[in-house]
Amino acid sequence: MINYLVTVTVFFPALTAIFLLLLKGRDKIVFTSIFSSIITFVFSLLLFLSYDKSLGGIQFVDHFKWIDSFNIKSSYLVGVDGFSAPLVLLTGLLSLVACMASWRIEKRVKEYFIWILLLETSVLGVFTSLDLLLFFVFFEFELIPMYMLISIWGSGRKEYSATKFVIFTLAGGAFMLIAILALFSSASVSNLSMVSIPELGIMGIPDLIAGQKLVIPASIIFIFFFIAFAVKLPLWPLHNWLPDAHTDAPTAVSIMLAGVLLKMAGYGLFRINLGFFQETLGFQIFDYTNLLALLGTISIIYGAIITLRQTDLKRLIAYSSISHMGYVLLGFSAMTSSQNFSYYSLNGSAMQMFTHGTITGLSFLTVGLIYDRTHTRDINKLGALTRKMPMVALFFMISGLASLGLPGFSGFVSEIMIFLGTYKIFPVYTIISAFGVVLAAGYILWMTQRALFGDNKLKANDKTYEFNSLKDANLFDLLPAFIITIPILLIGIWPNIFIDFFDLGIKEMIK
Amino acid sequence: MIETLALIILGLPFFVFVTNALFIRYKLGSTSGTSGLLNVSGMGICLVLSIFVIFNLDHSENKYVFSWISINNISLDFSVMVDPLTAIMLVVVSGISFLVQIYSIGYMHGDKSYTRYFAYMALFTGSMLGLVISRNILQLFIFWELVGVSSYLLIGFWHERSSAAAAAKKAFIMTRLGDFGFLFSIIYLFNIDSSYLQIPVLYEAILDEKISSSVATILAVGFLIGGIGKSAQFPLHNWLPDAMEGPTSVSALIHSATMVTAGVFLVARLFPLFQISEIMPLIAIIGCLTSFISATMALSTTDIKRVLAYSTISQLGYMFMALGLGAYTAAIFHLFTHAFFKAGLFLSSGSVHHSSGTFNMKYMGGLKHTMKYTYYSMLICSLSLAGLFPLSGFWSKDEIILSAYSYGGFLGNICLIVGLVVAFLTAFYMFRAVTLTFLGEFRGGGDKELEDLKKKNLPVPPTIEHVHLGESPKNMVYPIVFLSFFAIFIGYLVNPVFSKLIFIDKHLFGVFLEKSLEIFHFHGAHSFDFSIALISSFISLLGILFGINIYKNKIELKKNKFFKSINSLLDKKYFMDYLYEKVITENIFYEIICSGGEWLDKNIFDGVNVHLSKLTGRLSFKSLRLQDGQIHTYSLAMIMFATVAIFIMVLLG
Repeated sequence: MINYLVTVTVFFPALTAIFLLLLKGRDKIVFTSIFSSIITFVFSLLLFLSYDKSLGGIQFVDHFKWIDSFNIKSSYLVGVDGFSAPLVLLTGLLSLVACMASWRIEKRVKEYFIWILLLETSVLGVFTSLDLLLFFVFFEFELIPMYMLISIWGSGRKEYSATKFVIFTLAGGAFMLIAILALFSSASVSNLSMVSIPELGIMGIPDLIAGQKLVIPASIIFIFFFIAFAVKLPLWPLHNWLPDAHTDAPTAVSIMLAGVLLKMAGYGLFRINLGFFQETLGFQIFDYTNLLALLGTISIIYGAIITLRQTDLKRLIAYSSISHMGYVLLGFSAMTSSQNFSYYSLNGSAMQMFTHGTITGLSFLTVGLIYDRTHTRDINKLGALTRKMPMVALFFMISGLASLGLPGFSGFVSEIMIFLGTYKIFPVYTIISAFGVVLAAGYILWMTQRALFGDNKLKANDKTYEFNSLKDANLFDLLPAFIITIPILLIGIWPNIFIDFFDLGIKEMIK
Repeated sequence: MIETLALIILGLPFFVFVTNALFIRYKLGSTSGTSGLLNVSGMGICLVLSIFVIFNLDHSENKYVFSWISINNISLDFSVMVDPLTAIMLVVVSGISFLVQIYSIGYMHGDKSYTRYFAYMALFTGSMLGLVISRNILQLFIFWELVGVSSYLLIGFWHERSSAAAAAKKAFIMTRLGDFGFLFSIIYLFNIDSSYLQIPVLYEAILDEKISSSVATILAVGFLIGGIGKSAQFPLHNWLPDAMEGPTSVSALIHSATMVTAGVFLVARLFPLFQISEIMPLIAIIGCLTSFISATMALSTTDIKRVLAYSTISQLGYMFMALGLGAYTAAIFHLFTHAFFKAGLFLSSGSVHHSSGTFNMKYMGGLKHTMKYTYYSMLICSLSLAGLFPLSGFWSKDEIILSAYSYGGFLGNICLIVGLVVAFLTAFYMFRAVTLTFLGEFRGGGDKELEDLKKKNLPVPPTIEHVHLGESPKNMVYPIVFLSFFAIFIGYLVNPVFSKLIFIDKHLFGVFLEKSLEIFHFHGAHSFDFSIALISSFISLLGILFGINIYKNKIELKKNKFFKSINSLLDKKYFMDYLYEKVITENIFYEIICSGGEWLDKNIFDGVNVHLSKLTGRLSFKSLRLQDGQIHTYSLAMIMFATVAIFIMVLLG
């Protein structure tokens, strides 16, 4: 085991951000940032590969007390388990892609990369924190870079969207803060570790609150946590910030937002809502699974139906994200512990987070490439792009097919796992949700048909872009697309290499 | 041994696909001739291996197991299953594909995306081969979807044509509707017992009566919906005629061996499950309905490829009818013979287009003299499709009609009557097509059509080209001739009459095929009825004569009011396209449901947020007044508060 690997991985981007302050010259800054994100990616890969699957449990733990003599219950505690290791890898991967996709940026370059790197640190922090307070700090810190990135480098109604994003998330965060305070002030909670680590003699909250009376009923704490994550997921009816934020954010930020920020919510659901509330007094998570499944199903179908009406490429993908994140909740809700099959859906749900991250990352990346060249995302103005930019069209097509759940790509794996696992517990919801797959085929093919194929629909007097002078992306533009396609195909063809990670983590969470 | 071969057969096309897509496309260019040669040799090897497999079948030992997903001791294992049904399908798929690849070298010559075409073709063939050798139903579903997506890519191959892109989308979405049923049944079956997804295990379970009839019915309905979508059966048949937008060679492959046969194959593969379910009559009825309505639609269309497309739907209806009547062997045998003559017909129509520059039969005619090979091949294939004795189509069609006859009862009689009517219609529309295309005078071809369309200011379809009369190049003609040879002789494999025909034992095909269902002791009714054979032959002959006579002598049926109204109904395809595309999809789904949802999203869900934020803003503005810095406001508040406080204190004592 390598010492302090987690801490180094988490803070390396932030350190680079500080180092960037000293640099001058655009190219140097861009190069340093990309280089830093490569290093971080290598760290995350190292973490992923050197996680010992035969041991399981929490590994690479770093633990410091804030103030030794004074018991404030919280401490600096980070580490990874089978559940978070793939998500750390995902963050490393998508941050790399996001940095590479930003290499053309011209406006306030230094600030831009500083915020991107700080964003990466905060997301990595969320996935590796084992202390609840630390988790909360990272979870909320991410708002600052996001606000800056959307409102400065965005397009359209960028200030509106950025503010909306912040207000929604802060409102959710407020609920989480109350929940954390409630746990904090409960007598039985002697420290805020989210998991038990026997080697260090740390009892986690799940064990501390099992069967104990809390200051406010456990069900309320549960709901408060759930609201915070539902906003972030985003779950119907708290989803309206997402399309706006996506539409107006720059490409790299959209990639980060859809690719990893939404996954923080899924992670929270597993780690906190599932992890904490299985043996609580008077209420267990199992009482609410029906409601969770219902909300997931509504999100899936509702998202898909709204997606069908969108004509802005980014908005379209944003709404499809709502639909796809609904699968995460559906799979999550089938957790009834006695069922063997529920492992299928829980793993599928975790898998969906990873696959959606990569697939949507690719979608936003290619839409960004299209937007760079055509200066429009309006489907009614696009058309016949395959003729002028075949490589961009190819990757856009791959992301589309993967997103509609075509076998051979990773999206199918997670969806089929969720369906297989949930059917026994929620047959009706499963069937309704499976219909979402048909709708997905509808909106994706409709989009690709109109944007990529057919004729150039641009009117003669429309000067948005010059069709004949459109150029395909160059190799450096396409490199991130190549990188992100690898896991999409790999998981699609051979999911087993990945599944056991999540399975290890989930088995530890379920009592 | 056999399993290893099967894996090689599966692997080769995928290897060809990857080589074409990644290597040849970028190293040798998008029009590299190497890609065509690679495909031909790849499929050729597949064909040789498949023939070897069919002669050396043994009991499969399930050697290669690929654990796709395994969680908590529940695993989804993929492996190979080679039984007689698979072996027959392997030969059909690789054989037809091989011939189509040869043809494509000539047909696609000069296309700017030559390499891409062959890459997709390899993917298409490979997916279909994977489908037939799957041991696990989920594995079958994966290849099933890959077949769907490769057909999507091929139908939309000329993607700069809006119509092609639309047709490809329609094909994918309509089959996906069916796949939804398939997926449901997989989920349901998995939840009964995850091992039942292994087909042999499922067979055992059915044999041990572990699956009740009601459960089987639910499962069968789902699988049937999948099959209906893929095999273009009523009511999901609309996509197939539109799929003509792809290159003709693609149509040949879609209509004969790959894609549409997948639905029939699925029902055949899960035949024991269907047998214990209660929906067998439903399958027969669907088959009847489909074969009849599509045969009628073929009567009025003027596009030669569409005639063939409707004919495919109709013949697939025959197969479903046979399956529904329990005539497993007859259905698969018809699939087998149909693959050859239908591929021949499509390739011929491509050859006709090559010379006349159009697919519209109104502008053809007289091609008999300029393209002899194509003419005679198409004639033979048409006779075979019409079911004339002693061509191969006769034997297989006869088996189906005979099975309807021997099934008896109400259902059997209906199937018998529909079967005979469709036989007449088939002969009629095929010879209408042959007459319009090859006999009589040449009516100008693509040049004339272009002129006419321009005169009427109608949109010009992109398929119209200049006329250059004459036989097509050799690599296009040879596959057609070859296929027409099979259209004559392949039918003898069933050999219902003679005790031994050269090397063919009596009922060779049936006996061989039924080994697939050996554990159920399944035996088809091996019989032959001269009177039925006579009647059906007579009916076909009648259809042929009518077809030639009416169209050769240009008898104007449309002058008759009755025929005219029928014609317009058929031209509108029974308003099915209108119903699906306009009423259901556009008006009901898109304009009402989706736009209602959008309205809700904008005004209610987002509206609440916006109003909430406005309200908060207003409240904070109001509360701002409390701290306006005016000393008298503060003192007023202090006095009021003190008064109220004293009052309360007094009250409480």
